[in-house]
Amino acid sequence: MALPSQLGFQDAGSPLMEELLHFHDHALMVVFLISTMVLYIIVAMVTAKLTDKLVLDSQEIEIIWTVLPAIILILIALPSLRILYLMDEINDPHLTIKALGHQWYWSYEYTDYEDLGFDSYMIPTHDLTPGQFRLLEADHRMVIPTESPARVLISAEDVLHSWAVPALGIKADAVPGRLNQTTFIVNRPGVFYGQCSEICGANHSFMPIVVEAIPLEHFENWTSLMSEET
Amino acid sequence: MSETIDEKLKNYRTAPFDARFPNTNQTRNCYQNYLDYHRCNKALAAKDQDQTPCQWYMRVYKSLCPMSWVAKWDDQMEDGSFPGKI
Repeated sequence: MALPSQLGFQDAGSPLMEELLHFHDHALMVVFLISTMVLYIIVAMVTAKLTDKLVLDSQEIEIIWTVLPAIILILIALPSLRILYLMDEINDPHLTIKALGHQWYWSYEYTDYEDLGFDSYMIPTHDLTPGQFRLLEADHRMVIPTESPARVLISAEDVLHSWAVPALGIKADAVPGRLNQTTFIVNRPGVFYGQCSEICGANHSFMPIVVEAIPLEHFENWTSLMSEET
Repeated sequence: MSETIDEKLKNYRTAPFDARFPNTNQTRNCYQNYLDYHRCNKALAAKDQDQTPCQWYMRVYKSLCPMSWVAKWDDQMEDGSFPGKI
């Protein structure tokens, strides 16, 4: 989950998010280096006591500051395109879950074998137990097995919403009448939080998403438990 | 590829990747399988054949389509007001 005054990304929970994290580190380092160099040059020029009145042009430096940026751009573009294509790889999911946005809660459906569906409401602040996170906890979590490619189909039953889990690198709009697919693998057990990411009315900030990743054996116990409950 | 339909149904895990719908928008994937299930039932019933192969389409649309959409379409089929061509 996000922490107060956090600057960077949350720890990645999926391989794609790891790639995005490392790419971001790389691109940001390029930005910092260029900015530092430019700032140094500006300060040096502004504080210089002497000026060369006879400098008109310089072929060498013109070549350098054309070729070098081109190389830097290529060094940024290549990893970026690699990740873009990685995201589009064809994967055969092991399970399909539907996440449907409502005003103002999510509902999850696991219908591969039987009709299992349940709603997920935010836990109000006065009902939180010590240790729980304000505005992030939900009464029923979307449970998913670790290390299994999963397909989530996102839609909405009334207005636009958006299903986002930053730690897994996922965000997809929930559009009424449309099914948006996102596929991912969670590589470690854990609880990952997200919030509705498309303005949807009064309680838009109060319909969080909680994904709980557990090992496959325990996942099967959970589905039996949920089927009995609902 | 040489699995019989019974084996495929027994080993069903979830809707497999369908090359006809490679992109993010899977709306048509869900709707097409719903249509195909009913068309398959109608066609095989007309020829007096076993309708087990049609179960595949049912498994796929059940995996992909939200339950509310399926319920609405089933009600429309019962009423005779389903807009799709079966």
